[in-house]
Amino acid sequence: MKKLLLGNEAIARGAYEAGVKVSAAYPGTPSTEISETIAKYPEVYAEWAPNEKVAAEVAIGASISGVRSMCCMKHVGLNVAADPLFTCSYTGVGGGLVAVVADDPGLYSSQNEQDTRLIARAAMIPVIEPSDSAEAKSFMKRAFELSEKYDTPIILRTTTRLSHSQGVVELCDRKEVEDKPYEKRVDKYVMMPGMAKKRHLYVEDRLNRMAAEMALDPLNRIEYADKSVGFITSGIAYQYVKEAMPEASVLKLGLLNPLPDSLIREFASNVEKIYVFEELEPLIEEHVRAMGIKVIGKEIFTRQGEYSANMLRKAVLGKQEYEAPMAGLPARPPVLCPGCPHRSVFSVMKKLKLHVIGDIGCYTLGAVPPVSVIETTICMGSSISTLHGVEKAKGKDYIKNWVCVIGDSTFLHTGVNSLINSVYNKSTGTVVILDNRTTGMTGHQEHAATGKNLKGEEAHAIDFTELCHAIGVNRVTTVDAFDRDRLAEVLKEETQADELSVVICRAPCALLKGNVFKYKVFADAEKCIGCGACITCGCPALSKENKKAKINPEMCNGCGLCASYCKFGALEKREVIK
Amino acid sequence: MSTNIMIVGVGGQGTLLTSRILGGIAIEKGYDVKLSEVHGMAQRGGSVVTFVRYGDCVREPIVEEGQADVLIAFERLEAARYHHFLKPGGVMIVNDVVIEPITVISGAAAYPTDVLDSLSGKYNIVKVDANKIAAEVGNQRVFNTVVLGVAARHMDVEKEVWLKVIENTVPPKTVELNKKAFLTGLGE
Repeated sequence: MKKLLLGNEAIARGAYEAGVKVSAAYPGTPSTEISETIAKYPEVYAEWAPNEKVAAEVAIGASISGVRSMCCMKHVGLNVAADPLFTCSYTGVGGGLVAVVADDPGLYSSQNEQDTRLIARAAMIPVIEPSDSAEAKSFMKRAFELSEKYDTPIILRTTTRLSHSQGVVELCDRKEVEDKPYEKRVDKYVMMPGMAKKRHLYVEDRLNRMAAEMALDPLNRIEYADKSVGFITSGIAYQYVKEAMPEASVLKLGLLNPLPDSLIREFASNVEKIYVFEELEPLIEEHVRAMGIKVIGKEIFTRQGEYSANMLRKAVLGKQEYEAPMAGLPARPPVLCPGCPHRSVFSVMKKLKLHVIGDIGCYTLGAVPPVSVIETTICMGSSISTLHGVEKAKGKDYIKNWVCVIGDSTFLHTGVNSLINSVYNKSTGTVVILDNRTTGMTGHQEHAATGKNLKGEEAHAIDFTELCHAIGVNRVTTVDAFDRDRLAEVLKEETQADELSVVICRAPCALLKGNVFKYKVFADAEKCIGCGACITCGCPALSKENKKAKINPEMCNGCGLCASYCKFGALEKREVIK
Repeated sequence: MSTNIMIVGVGGQGTLLTSRILGGIAIEKGYDVKLSEVHGMAQRGGSVVTFVRYGDCVREPIVEEGQADVLIAFERLEAARYHHFLKPGGVMIVNDVVIEPITVISGAAAYPTDVLDSLSGKYNIVKVDANKIAAEVGNQRVFNTVVLGVAARHMDVEKEVWLKVIENTVPPKTVELNKKAFLTGLGE
């Protein structure tokens, strides 16, 4: 049966057909749908772990026990999971183990543009990269075979464009794979120096063998055509080459680490002028150059952003056959949704003129106009420790007008360990948990405090207050995120306190299913003097028409934040559902 | 050769549903097809783009500048933002509504209301107030299916195929409403 599948759905399908039994992940755009898809298969155990390190270790455990397993993450998640995966490269596997890592060239939803292939090379883990949904499925199956054949974890690398494009995929049946017998192998699974030294030799040998044996694997292929010009390429970039220059010869690489030297040599000896066309870092290019082969690469193709066929046409053929975009159009950046509890919390922080250290989530949008309160954002879970660092550098009085904000899911990801550090090392800072009861930005995934798991089953819900108390935070206050008067009082008090405090701002994400919005705000044109104070709250449901405030009733969720900005009673929150 | 369709709008307007209906149409007609979508932060009220390409063999999943046969825009400013993706003489279906971006709401920029005027000689521009029509049909939320109906006038696909795919793609409770919206857009 043929079906249109997202790259991510195809990856999940490939794992399913390959007989995978355990999958663990933390949500992260553009990787999230892999887990959401695999969770629908009853034959596969799938879970949301609190972070990627835990997810990788779950997959490693499952693999050691003898079953095929996988973990999925976005590129920056690989940094979190790097510790177990670097050493798993030494131990190798029992059952096949694939880590799916989704890069984000063009930064559609990320804080950096790192290239997974470089990390995989450092970890000496083989990397496989498909170029469309059909390959995503078949390469995933091949990845499990290679993992077992070469006793190695495999990284299947995808990118945003591949993950979020749909293509036609032929579905096959699942093939159950017999579990490998569990072996007690201290030499293989206990990485103390003595054992690890030997395994390091094994890893080197493994890569050499793969490089030699895999050159003729169907993962890699040469498509000879016009031999005067050729491209070495991989992944989605291959499609752009075929689109822009279908007459050129192509060496399409599916295995990116180790690279197949013999195949590269063969291609180079048959093709006159060779371009290396790869998104992000010049991994293939540097390797090919080191082999003494002359190629053209990053001197004409950028390291940044996504590639395209038009970009190739322009760089190689000097052709640009389309009009320029219209100049001067107003930008339309993403914004916090109408009724978003984060906006309410930020409005209080802005009023109190607080310095706000941010974290990763929808609330990062609080850094840009018109909200403009967040001043730093580094990575998942960084806010609490960053605030701690500021305090240790400048003293406790310096941070009396500082707070940090972190979402509920991000707090569980890697914020908890930072909070432990803050308690242990006598921080006096104020940590605000923006608890909207979901993992918002990635599209509403459950987490360890929501009471449900990835399979939709009831699960224990961590109580943040109890957790903070257990860690040793004495001052823990929970406030309704929309009760701004109370929140202002609490924040004033807690920032002045000479002791660490946690303020939990709670209200469900406005997009969460099952929300009932009982109120809407109505504008009274008679009372409105057109001062525009309400507009500064930054809600997209609000605008001005004929110099008066206007509410889009389709968008308004009735939070009433705008009404609190109006001194003239022109905006009124009214109950619309009794 | 492939047919290239681009759907643009504001995050939350349902461009994904429309592209998936178009993908279903391509499959139904036996074509190779690729779709490309935007997920994540871009969905939070930002400018969103989805692509649909179908034909005998489709390589890249995106439609690039100068290559779209049809540009379906769910909002006026977004139509202007992506006009250069159309082929010369291509069809631009515009849901002629204004949704002010936050940059306009906050006063940092002005909304260019006459933004499409300068394009009228270059493309076949079809404007429709789909929100109003959808409200008359029964629910403003199906405006995107009204727009799709208008677009269908410019595509070589039988009505029955459209209706079958719509039935298989939209949420079951909204099938009749969406069919009605589509047929109204189609002009029946």
